[in-house]
Amino acid sequence: MTKELLNKKDIERMLLRIAHEIIEKNKGIENICLVGIQRGGVHLAKRLRLMIKGIENTEVPVGSLDISLYRDDIRIRKGHPVVRKTEIPCDVNDKKIILVDDVLFTGRSIRSAMDAIMDFGRPAQIQLAVLIDRGHRELPIRADYVGKNIPTSMSENISVQFEEEGHEDKVVLQSKE
Amino acid sequence: MKDLVGIKEIEKSDIERILNTASSFKDVLKRDIKKVPALRGKTVVNLFFEPSTRTKTSFELAEKRMSMDVLNFSVPTSSVVKGESLLDTVRTIEAYGVDFIVIRHSSSGAPHFIARNVNASVISGGDGINEHPTQALLDAFSIIEKKGRLEGLKIAIVGDILHSRVAKSNIYCLAKLGAKVRLIGPPTLIPMDLPEGVTVFHDMDEGIKDTDVIMMLRIQMERQGKGFFPSTGEYSMLYGLNINRLGLAKKDAIVMHPGPMNRGIEISSEVADCQQSVILEQVTNGIAVRMAVMYLLSGMQENE
Amino acid sequence: MNNSILIKNGHIIDPSQGIDRIGDILIEGGKIAEIRTQSIEHRTQIKNTKLKTQNSELKTIDASGLYVIPGLVDMHTHLREPGFEHKETIKTGTMAAVKGGITSVCCMPNTNPVNDNETVTEFILRKASAEGVCYIYPIGAITKGEKGEELAEMGKMYEAGCVAFSDDGKSVMNSLIMRRSLEYSKIFNVPIISHCEDIHLVDDGVMNEGKFSTLLGLRGIPSASEEAIVARDIILSKLAGGRLHIAHVSTEGSVKLIRQAKERGVNVTAETCPHYFSITEKAVEGYNTNAKINPPLRTERDVEAIKEGLKDGTIDVIATDHAPHHRDEKLLEFDRAPFGISGFETSISLSLQLVHDGILSMPELIEKMTLNPAKILRINKGALEAGSDADMSLMDIKREYKVEPDKFISKGKNTPFDGWTLKGMPVITICKGKIFDYRG
Repeated sequence: MTKELLNKKDIERMLLRIAHEIIEKNKGIENICLVGIQRGGVHLAKRLRLMIKGIENTEVPVGSLDISLYRDDIRIRKGHPVVRKTEIPCDVNDKKIILVDDVLFTGRSIRSAMDAIMDFGRPAQIQLAVLIDRGHRELPIRADYVGKNIPTSMSENISVQFEEEGHEDKVVLQSKE
Repeated sequence: MKDLVGIKEIEKSDIERILNTASSFKDVLKRDIKKVPALRGKTVVNLFFEPSTRTKTSFELAEKRMSMDVLNFSVPTSSVVKGESLLDTVRTIEAYGVDFIVIRHSSSGAPHFIARNVNASVISGGDGINEHPTQALLDAFSIIEKKGRLEGLKIAIVGDILHSRVAKSNIYCLAKLGAKVRLIGPPTLIPMDLPEGVTVFHDMDEGIKDTDVIMMLRIQMERQGKGFFPSTGEYSMLYGLNINRLGLAKKDAIVMHPGPMNRGIEISSEVADCQQSVILEQVTNGIAVRMAVMYLLSGMQENE
Repeated sequence: MNNSILIKNGHIIDPSQGIDRIGDILIEGGKIAEIRTQSIEHRTQIKNTKLKTQNSELKTIDASGLYVIPGLVDMHTHLREPGFEHKETIKTGTMAAVKGGITSVCCMPNTNPVNDNETVTEFILRKASAEGVCYIYPIGAITKGEKGEELAEMGKMYEAGCVAFSDDGKSVMNSLIMRRSLEYSKIFNVPIISHCEDIHLVDDGVMNEGKFSTLLGLRGIPSASEEAIVARDIILSKLAGGRLHIAHVSTEGSVKLIRQAKERGVNVTAETCPHYFSITEKAVEGYNTNAKINPPLRTERDVEAIKEGLKDGTIDVIATDHAPHHRDEKLLEFDRAPFGISGFETSISLSLQLVHDGILSMPELIEKMTLNPAKILRINKGALEAGSDADMSLMDIKREYKVEPDKFISKGKNTPFDGWTLKGMPVITICKGKIFDYRG
């Protein structure tokens, strides 16, 4: 069973708020680098860059991060593992890295992402921005910026769809019957 | 896919997947910290029944960069005469709980034989005169890196095709990816009944004409005494790559060599060190490709 | 031994007398006492045999629907004793042979020590009479130690019981020695059996040279390595005389050379083995060491030529080249595994396929496996004549079964036919007065 939770407009509003919060919390955008986690996080990071530019009229660097090589679950994943692009556009040393992901769930992806970032250098801070926080954390990780908290059960699945991938922007809840 | 024992045994899509994944690993190798935790907790044994410095070093580095625990087991060929059978050796090693076995062996088919008899993933580091799959993969990766593609390229492989596992794997790999393969060498060193689509030249000048890629093979000095060619001097005259001959290939042709080179015999120093030579990049790419192979095999281990 | 056996209503085939009819055979004291046959048209009428015996202990075997043929004569086998008892012994080898319908075997001299002197010959024959289940005819080495250098003492070995000479496993590479052996063998009127293989052309090869050797990256053995020596030996036998017998013919070229030689009246005979007309080099795929054999399995074209050679009489004999090896010896890298196939227990079934396929008639096939080898070896075997030893096999040529090497009696489980379904098998073999019944 599939249920639409958020539409294009909702997503846009949430992201705009997050963009403001990022600027506010960091007192500007100096030393900031957005790093999207493959694949959804990359689209969101690029959108945030545009919004921040709209507000501050300055570009922030945006990178992409593939965490496959840092995962702890290669053994239990199905299918051929695919390693996507990792591109960090700046020296991470002493930067404020803002990790961007679509859904925050167990926290394991974020743990992997932090490990990956650390292998590039020693950032001043790592912050986390997510569109959806669906709960069920397995690690002591929390987001600095959250679009929406959506409590879910373990049997449900949150799927974020993007125009960049040829879909309509929306967030849907899938539940196994 | 549990093992990588040869290019013959895998599909075009497998090759493409390995090459794509390898480019991600090449990025890793450009970082300050050239190590990822992807295969942390996995154990690999490098089982080399033939002396090898390059392939073994490349595998070992690839394994360490994937955070694996690495065991090295070098068995001199001479001990093959008496003593433990290959199967017993390998079963003993498997009992240590290894996840990967990288094997180089002087008998063709030895990796296939082992793969059939163990649960660990077996990766061939070269078997007899059969195949050297990871070398062919790194060669393909290097060509694509330089030329952007393989399909339709004219690629000459020059030298002792008969005894070269590098050549064999390259023939299969390049053909699967749509390149046009030419083999150049004396008739004594070209095998019979080659796969379809491969053309043979005994005249190097003719064979090298208009090629995009020239792969030189190392000539084994021992072949001289066995009547495959009369002398290295004559071999060099007929099949050595020098600057003049390189001029017959396309202007932007690249020159490759799996190493170690016999400078002045199959390849002149001028050519080895020229702009068109990608010989040192092949070495770096070898690590990335081997990381990719182990990563992908590991992903498939539990899923089949 | 004194028991009498009556085999009733079998389809008797004996090429030596031209018998191809339904009939009865009475065996007394291990010898054939009498044969009575009826034409096939009258098969329903011979309900009551006229054969009578004095012996009260008469065992009757109903052979309806079965072929009754002379016990097969296998002129090319390796029984491995002395020296390689872990691979096979005279006891296990002959037991396996009998299961394959074979009642007389020639054992090649490449044992350890080599059968190149009468002491070894005597040892083999002593073992044969003590433990052998069927008849054994040793073949002596042509040269001392099979080294190809000096003639072995053929005369003494002949006196001790050798029926032929061969350096099987290799060629006598020195043409002069080969000439001398052909000349010298004339004293005893025995065949010189030539394993044809130019060792220089073999150059450490392990399978047929061609498409598959390239594909598998295995060193190839060209057909020319066999054909060059077949040609040489035919030429030498013209020069030297003697009775040249070409062992295990595997190539089209060899068949042609032998055919031409026979047309020109050269005194040459030839044999092939079931694997050379049943499978090709493709069987080696996957580095299957059980398909590693010398001469190597060849191509489809060669298989067809061998069949043609069998059909037109160029090839006189089908022998097994039974070459058992211990399992561990085949469980090795392809290069290191020894050459050879365990052949006793599949030979007749594979050969019967020639009959099923219409290439040979049943009498033609049986002739190549009984009378012809017996004639070449000049041994009194391979026939069902009254007064001769009662060696025979009862065949059900329609019965299908699956090849299961683990059930082989031979110690050698090395067969490329593992898992094949074959049609036709011996159900009873009678040899040395004993009945071996495999119907269970």
